[in-house]
Amino acid sequence: MAAEALPQLGEVSSVVRLVRRLVPYVGYALLIIAALSQIVPFVLTVANSFKCLPAVSAAPIAFVPTPPFFVECQVDGVTRSASETTSGVTFNPALEGYQSVFEANLGQWLFNTAFIALSIMLLRLLFDSLAGYSLARIRFPGNRIIFTIILGTMMIPGVVLLIPRFIILKQLGMLNAYSGIIIPLMADAFGIFLMKQFFESIPNEIEEAGQVDGANRFIMFFRIILPMATPALTALAIFSFQGAWNNFLDVLIVLGGNQDLWTLPLGLSFLRGGSGRTLIWNEFLAGSVITTLPMAIIFFAFQRYFVEGVNYSGLAGQ
Amino acid sequence: MAGMAFISPAFIILFVFLIVPMIAALYFSLTNWNGVTPLTRSDAYEFVGLENYQRILLQSGTRQEAFFTSLKNTVYFVLGVVPVQTLLAMSLAVLVNQRWLKGKGFFRTTFYFPSISSSVVISLIFMWMFNSDGIVNQGIRSIFPAYQSVTWLSDSNGILHNLLGLFGVTRDTLGEFGRTEIASISIWDWLSGPSVTMLTIMILNTWTTIGTLMVVFLAALQNIPAQVYEAAYVDGATTMQIFRKITVPLLRPTTFFVVTLGLIGTFQVFDQIYVISSGGPADTTLTIAYLVYRSGFKDQRMGIAAATAIVLFLIIFVFTLIQRRITGGDRAA
Repeated sequence: MAAEALPQLGEVSSVVRLVRRLVPYVGYALLIIAALSQIVPFVLTVANSFKCLPAVSAAPIAFVPTPPFFVECQVDGVTRSASETTSGVTFNPALEGYQSVFEANLGQWLFNTAFIALSIMLLRLLFDSLAGYSLARIRFPGNRIIFTIILGTMMIPGVVLLIPRFIILKQLGMLNAYSGIIIPLMADAFGIFLMKQFFESIPNEIEEAGQVDGANRFIMFFRIILPMATPALTALAIFSFQGAWNNFLDVLIVLGGNQDLWTLPLGLSFLRGGSGRTLIWNEFLAGSVITTLPMAIIFFAFQRYFVEGVNYSGLAGQ
Repeated sequence: MAGMAFISPAFIILFVFLIVPMIAALYFSLTNWNGVTPLTRSDAYEFVGLENYQRILLQSGTRQEAFFTSLKNTVYFVLGVVPVQTLLAMSLAVLVNQRWLKGKGFFRTTFYFPSISSSVVISLIFMWMFNSDGIVNQGIRSIFPAYQSVTWLSDSNGILHNLLGLFGVTRDTLGEFGRTEIASISIWDWLSGPSVTMLTIMILNTWTTIGTLMVVFLAALQNIPAQVYEAAYVDGATTMQIFRKITVPLLRPTTFFVVTLGLIGTFQVFDQIYVISSGGPADTTLTIAYLVYRSGFKDQRMGIAAATAIVLFLIIFVFTLIQRRITGGDRAA
């Protein structure tokens, strides 16, 4: 086979050779176009969140901030024209959008989102790792059945649960309360699976050594096992936090009726929702920037774990 | 005993908030509860058997029309988004995995970034970019001055309807046949494709997910041992042959996973619809998930909503089985 094929390699025409040499250039060009299409909308969002309203529609592509910074959008009750605040690719930053979105109670939404996301994250770290550990390491009756049931719940589409979860929370008096969103989400099948996979990779000897010392299972779990699980716990923490921070459907159903408990995504969607309300773009974009910023910081700080978490989810799928 | 103690908190949560609701959904799909009357009252609801299912599936009328409209829209959405995002993600991953490529980390970060953002935020950004005098329309007009602005966010015309219109084929060309109704929807409407607004939301959805899916594919590609490629290369295989005969088959389990994720996600599309169009214009972006929400919380028909949700569950289940056959997931596992 090799003997037949190799001579052909030597006979490649100059056209083919040229095409081959061009491949990397075409590849780079495609990748750069794709990368730009993913990143430019965010750049423009940040830039336009700092513009006066007329400038947002007149020159949306202007993205280089130039002095004077933080101009007043209203001068003597007259809105500054776009041409005064922008030209070509440059614009004079203003804080109008941020002021108006904070007036719309964004501070409260930010607090609610952080509180809910952190609570869900911490509780999941505890409950998912306990459950994952027992499935990986402790033999008890019904162990396999419970694991199958937990995996099976991953098949249930969230939308199907919309109505009955609403009913149950209503019966339990947990609608329009923090508990209504935190408690149902404080354990999840994916997290349990992820932790189980991890604990299975730890050598048995460590626990055996612990048992000889006479430590009971709980103490051993918190003192010895859990600290070793830091990488898996970090991935789980990030995924739980991200999911809870961005959650919309559950939050809409559970907290929609109580304005004081709205989260950032819910609040932003209601800003848009009022009928007859004209869309104030810089306000939306400012809200979008504030909603995305914390996740972006976490992403850049813990990038490796995002990628690892995705790989784990790939495992779960198989 | 320790095992039980360790697992019970998580299991109780999953049981009460996932398994019980699943059973409750089945139960309430057989009732006519309106979602408002307290369940403690004896007249809160009646048991109506399969009536809700009959009304959405079989009995012609507004419920059936709404359900099949949402089914049509959702299927167009799924069939448009899933293949495109899978192919794009796979191609990007293969490109990023090339040996000559520098800055792999940069590209991976860039492609992944949009998926960390909230669906509401992405929807708002797209609404801003695609509004009638937004960046997209301005951009197109700067290249083609004669361009008539498309109202991306409120255009209910189907894209196949528009395409056929270019060739002079209209609703009237098909005559009576086109007006024949199947499940309360005319044949022409069945065939006119996703509306322009739905297309915009499909673009948004694809744009958001390809990054994550690319990272999944990339991880799988990096798990293929280099020797496999070297052996093929020594045997004189061309790049195309290597891709078709080695890369694609070895990626099969990953492809299965990505398509499954895609199906489950797209069949339930809700957030973007809620924020951008609320099912409009003219119900052309009404998806099954949004219909569940609308029937339950706007029309106060919890029974109908629960039945719709159960039907959606079955549809997702069947589609997953079918695609398992097609992509060969059963062999890969």
